[in-house]
Amino acid sequence: MVSASRDFRRLRLDRVSRDFGTLNALQEVTLDVGRGEFIALLGPSGCGKSTALNCLAGLLPLTGGSIWLDDKQIDHLKPEARGFGMVFQNYALFPHMSVERNVGFGLRMQGRRGAEAARLVAEALALVRLGDQAGKLPGQLSGGQQQRVAIARAIVIEPPLVLMDEPLSNLDAKLRLEMRAEIRRIHDLVGSTTIYVTHDQDEALSLADRIVVMRDGRVRQVGRPEELYARPAHADVAAFMGFRNQLAARVVAAGGAEVTARIGAAELHGIAAEALDGEAAIVAIRPDDLTPRADGPLAARVTAAEYRGRDFYGIAATAEGTELYFRSDIRVAPGETLRLGADAARVLVYPRGPA
Amino acid sequence: MPLRLALSRRGIDGVTLLVLPAALFVVALFVYPFLYGLVLSLQPKAGGWLANYAKFFSDPFLYGTIGKTLWLAVPATLLNILLSIPVAMRVRRMHRQRLLTAILVLPITLGTVLIAEGLLLYLGPQGWLNRALMGFGLVSHPIRLVHNYWGVFISLFISGFPFTFLLTLSYVSGIDPSLERAASTLGADTRSRFRHIVLPLLAQGLAINFCLSFVQTFSVFPSAVLLGAPAGVTRVISIAAYTAAFEQYDYSMASAIAMIMGFSQLIIVAAVLGARVLVYRGPAGGGKG
Repeated sequence: MVSASRDFRRLRLDRVSRDFGTLNALQEVTLDVGRGEFIALLGPSGCGKSTALNCLAGLLPLTGGSIWLDDKQIDHLKPEARGFGMVFQNYALFPHMSVERNVGFGLRMQGRRGAEAARLVAEALALVRLGDQAGKLPGQLSGGQQQRVAIARAIVIEPPLVLMDEPLSNLDAKLRLEMRAEIRRIHDLVGSTTIYVTHDQDEALSLADRIVVMRDGRVRQVGRPEELYARPAHADVAAFMGFRNQLAARVVAAGGAEVTARIGAAELHGIAAEALDGEAAIVAIRPDDLTPRADGPLAARVTAAEYRGRDFYGIAATAEGTELYFRSDIRVAPGETLRLGADAARVLVYPRGPA
Repeated sequence: MPLRLALSRRGIDGVTLLVLPAALFVVALFVYPFLYGLVLSLQPKAGGWLANYAKFFSDPFLYGTIGKTLWLAVPATLLNILLSIPVAMRVRRMHRQRLLTAILVLPITLGTVLIAEGLLLYLGPQGWLNRALMGFGLVSHPIRLVHNYWGVFISLFISGFPFTFLLTLSYVSGIDPSLERAASTLGADTRSRFRHIVLPLLAQGLAINFCLSFVQTFSVFPSAVLLGAPAGVTRVISIAAYTAAFEQYDYSMASAIAMIMGFSQLIIVAAVLGARVLVYRGPAGGGKG
């Protein structure tokens, strides 16, 4: 199903910026995307990820920078001239057209009709497993089915780039997992290049070949899911990647990458994940890695605990009042005092800025 | 009490009584006058009970008013609707919608008589338009824009447009903007988006808009008298009814004309609403919002 239009090698965003009045929604975003890649733009709401997607689609003009498909500059092209497939958060299905006509719309706009178009539409519907719903109106479908129609509609035109704007956020948890697998299956099967916007780190980790973490309109880190999960480059990226414990600390000893930091009276050993430029530091630990242990340096009293089936998750407070999120294999109860600690390799130390 | 139970199963209970004041209102102000007029129209001054109707449809000076009224009402309504679409499409994206809306609504509050007076002054043979045109040497004689068909047409346009526009604007705003964005990513240019997405979703709203605007225009009276040629091309049906009632003092005939007027409107409205089965009538959203 690979067509000439899909035949590009590299998409390049070169210092792409977008201002809304005085608000810089995107600031000099530079990104290289290879053909066939699945890229997730990840970040909290307001970080600019949807703005970036809309700029790529041509729905928002840039206020700076350029976008290139190989050596062709495309940022001045209207959306209809770019031919990228887009899946919208609310699906944006045409309510007055049958599923079949929705999916065939892009082909009709290209002047492709008749038997060939009908075959492509049928193929796309079979791909999203909706072959038997072709005659229905979108309003007669469930949310998950509408989402599949939206995907089929975007990929049937064989776009060089498929853009997805939080496509799963309107689905319930179970359906979200199913559709997640589905989206990746379709991506691999049709060999498309996908840019996927999400605020859900699990979605990004499980779907993407590379993740672009954004914050305040800037790219904070680009990397493979494993890299980002194990070694976030900045404290805020770490916070977004599940390092829920972000403890103010003071560096007392540093030798190479290994760092000893003091939190209150406790001393923790960890790894410098970013160049440290002074004593003030943030120690980041995932709740999963912070567990009760006899030699744990952090003494704390449990304030809340919940049973999660295999283990327990709890919140504990140190004498200074710092809240710690931890995991435990054995039952813990509020009021208990514990000593908590983590392996040095799982303790990441970041510089603490003036903020 | 089984009766009360049976009623409440059908959704009828004490609260349902609250509909009574409104129902009384409708009966007093609409049903009763209508029936009164109908009965009155069937009691002519002379002849059998259908004599008034027979008279109306045998006298070209009378039945011709239907055609004359339609000849004014249909084009004016259509022009209003057609013009309201592009304006509404543009205004939908504006930030200062309220200001513009306020300006556009002004003619509604002014009333037809004031508009008629203004047009007489501006467009009359000695009005500034003709003076300007002659001053620039564009015309040698004043062009006639009042006391004929065009005077009434322009006035209908001015007084009808705000209403039509506001209704169109609300229908246009009801269309989920992401639908057009989706269409554009699928290769549809502005024209195709309008043709394939906006227009089909707007069609039923426009039909309803047409009916409401048409009914207003069809009952044109003041501007037809003030700005038109009330004995000639703009002798609309309401003038015929007025003449019968207040110049010939034939209330029975006037009632018959009013009935004919009502049924003419009803036929057009029914035809337009009936044609809606051809267009999509569901919601204009793009999925779960």
